[in-house]
Amino acid sequence: MEGMLMYKIILAVIVFAVTLGAAAYMTWGERKLASWFQDRIGPNRAGPMGLLQPIADGLKMIFKEEMIPTHSNKWLFILGPSFFMLTACLTGAVIPWGSGFNSDGIVYPMQIADINIGLLYLLGVVSIGVYGIMIGGWSSNNKFALLGALRASSQMISYEVAMGLALIALVMMTGTLSLGEIAQQQDAGYANVVYQPLGFLIFIICAFAETNRAPFDLPESESELVGGYHTEYSSMKLGFFLFAEYINMFISSAVMATLYFGGYNFPFQHELGLEGNTLVILQTSALFIKILIFIFVFMWIRWTLPRFRYDQLMNLGWKVLLPLAIANIFITGLVMFFTGKLS
Amino acid sequence: MLNLTNRSKVVVPTELTLMERLYLPAILKGMFITLSHLFKRKATVKYPEQQRPIASVYRGQHVLKRDDAGAERCTACGLCAVACPAEAITMEAAERKKGEENLYREEKYAATYEINMLRCIFCGLCEEACPKEAIFLTDRIVPSSFTRGEEVFGKDKLVESLQERVDVTKRQTQEVLAFKQNKKHKHNQTIQDKLIR
Amino acid sequence: MSLTEIAFYVLSFLAIFSGLAVLFSKNPVHSVLYLIVTFFSIAGHYFLMNAQFLAAVHIIVYAGAIMVLFLYVIMMLNLNSVQEDKIATWFKMAAVGAAGIFMLVVVSLIAKTDALQASTPMAENAGLIENLGKVLYQDFLLPFELASVLFLAAMVGAVYLSKKELAN
Repeated sequence: MEGMLMYKIILAVIVFAVTLGAAAYMTWGERKLASWFQDRIGPNRAGPMGLLQPIADGLKMIFKEEMIPTHSNKWLFILGPSFFMLTACLTGAVIPWGSGFNSDGIVYPMQIADINIGLLYLLGVVSIGVYGIMIGGWSSNNKFALLGALRASSQMISYEVAMGLALIALVMMTGTLSLGEIAQQQDAGYANVVYQPLGFLIFIICAFAETNRAPFDLPESESELVGGYHTEYSSMKLGFFLFAEYINMFISSAVMATLYFGGYNFPFQHELGLEGNTLVILQTSALFIKILIFIFVFMWIRWTLPRFRYDQLMNLGWKVLLPLAIANIFITGLVMFFTGKLS
Repeated sequence: MLNLTNRSKVVVPTELTLMERLYLPAILKGMFITLSHLFKRKATVKYPEQQRPIASVYRGQHVLKRDDAGAERCTACGLCAVACPAEAITMEAAERKKGEENLYREEKYAATYEINMLRCIFCGLCEEACPKEAIFLTDRIVPSSFTRGEEVFGKDKLVESLQERVDVTKRQTQEVLAFKQNKKHKHNQTIQDKLIR
Repeated sequence: MSLTEIAFYVLSFLAIFSGLAVLFSKNPVHSVLYLIVTFFSIAGHYFLMNAQFLAAVHIIVYAGAIMVLFLYVIMMLNLNSVQEDKIATWFKMAAVGAAGIFMLVVVSLIAKTDALQASTPMAENAGLIENLGKVLYQDFLLPFELASVLFLAAMVGAVYLSKKELAN
C-alpha cells in the first residue's frame, strides 16, 4: 500500500512533467506547422531546427514587465490565469497512459486515479475551466476582455451540452464511466469510433470549441477583440493563458484517443508475442502517436479554416450538434435494442 | 442604368444544396489544400547565410571616394545636396590649409558631410550630380541600428579607408562616364566653360 | 482527528464562511464567486460521504453550468453599483416568515438525526453510480420520469416566453 502511494505520486509528477513538456513543444510544433502550411520555414535560429525556441519563449515571457491595471481587482486578476492553468492540468489524472506493468507480481497501473466516474470528472473539470477566463476577463476591467469572457462562457456552455450528450451514447455502449475500463474494452473488439462515428464527429467539434481553438477562437479573436479575455495581461500571466490552451489541447487529444481510438491499444498487439513490460512500453508509445496525430489535426484545422461568426457558432452548437447528438443517442439505443446488447 | 463595362454580372443568391450545407466536404477540400502546402518548396531565404542575387547596379550605402593618391575627391560643391529629392545630404565646406595637399585633392573640401540614411531613398541622383566622381552608391547594405542618431552617417562612415578601397567600377559604366563628360548638362560645366559661353 | 474529520471541518468552515460572504459582499460578482466556492465545498462533503456521482454532477450542473450563467448575466448587466430596490414591507415579512418555517424544519430534522440514522442504516456504497442508477430506475422510476417531464415543461415555457412577441 505504501509503495503504491509512492508510485502514484511519482506517476503524477511524471504525467505533470510530460504534459508541460509536451505543451511547450506544441508551441514549437504549432509555429513550425503554421509556417509549413504557409510555405515558410518557421523558427530555426534557437538550436537545431529551432528546438530551443520554447525555452527562449518561456524566458522571454518570464522577464517581460508585469502589469496589473489600476482599476482591476488585483486578487481576481491573478486568480484568473492560475485557475485556468490548474484546471488544464487537473484532467491528466484520469487518463490511462498505458496498461499496468508488472514488477515482482504487483501490477502498477499507468493511470493516476482510476475513479469509477472518470468521464464525469472530466466533464466537471472541463466545465469549471471557463472560470479562469471569466474571472480574468472580468477583473481586467476592460470592455474587450469582458466581451471575450462573455463569449467564452456562452460558447463553453453551448458546446458542453452537445459534448455530454455525445458521451452519453458512448457510455450506453460501453456501460462504464471509467476511462480505464473503456480503454480496456477496446482491446478485444474494434475501437469505439467504428461504432460511434457520429458521436466522435460531434465530440471532436465540441473539443475544438472547448479548447478555444480556431475556428472557435472567438473569445480571444485578435482582430475584433484585441486579444479578448487576455487583452490586459502581460508577462507570465499571459503566458499561463496561452500555455494552458496547449495543455488543454494535449489533454483533449489524449481523451479522444482513449475514448474513441482504442486508447493505448494498437492493432495486432497480442500477435507480436512480446513480453509483458515491453508491450506496455509499446502501448504507451502507441497512445502518444495517436495523441500526436490528433494534435496535428488540431493545428491543421486552425491553419485552414477561418473563424466562425458568432451567430453561426451558436447555430452550430444548438441547432445542429445538439439535435445530432440526441439522434445519435436514439440510434445507439435502437441498435443496442435490436442486436440484443441491452441486457 | 448605364453600363460602364460589359463585365458586370447579375448575382442571384442560390439556395445551397444539401452537400453544400453539410460543409464537411468543403472543409475537407480546404484541408487537403493546406496539406499539399506542407510538401511545397518553401519561399524563405535564410538571409545571412543565403543571399538573394542583387542587380549589378544595385544602389546601397554611399561611399566618398579618394583619388589614387589617397586624397578626398569631394570639394563640397553641394550639387549632390541640391539634387537629393529627399534632402538627406548636408555638408559644411572648409578651405584647405597648407600641408594638407595629400588629404584633399582641391582647395576646398567638405569639413563635415552627412547623409541621413533614414531619409535617403537610394535614387542615385547624388551620384549623377557629382562632377568630381566623389560619391558613389555601392552594393553594401546599410546596417540597422537602435537609435535614429546612428542612422545619420558622417564622414567617418562614408569616406573609404585607405586600406580598404571600395570598388565602384560597376557603377562607372561607359554611359555614366559619357554622361559626366557631356558639357551640355549644366552641372558638368566648369567655370571656364561657362565663361566661354 | 483522522484525515476525514479534518477534511470535514475544513470544508464545513469553507462552506459556511463563503455562504455568509455571498450575503455580505457588496459586489454581485464577488457574491457569485463565493457561491461557487460554497458549491465546491459541498461537493467535497459529498465526496467524503462516498457519493462520488452526486459530487461530480453537483460540480458539472451547479458550478459548471448554472453559476456560469449567473456570472454571465451579472457581467453582462455590469451591476457594479449597489442599487437599493424598493421592496414592499409585506414581502419582507413574508420572506422572514418563510425562512423561519424552513429553519423550524431544519432544526427539527437535526434533532431527529440520531434516531433516523439508527432506523435506516446507510449502505456503504449507496452513493456510487451503479447503485444509484438501480434505485432510480427500479424503485423510483415514476417520480424520476415525472421530474424530467417537469423540466421539459419548464423548457417549453421558457421558449414560449422568449418567443411571445413573435406569436403576437
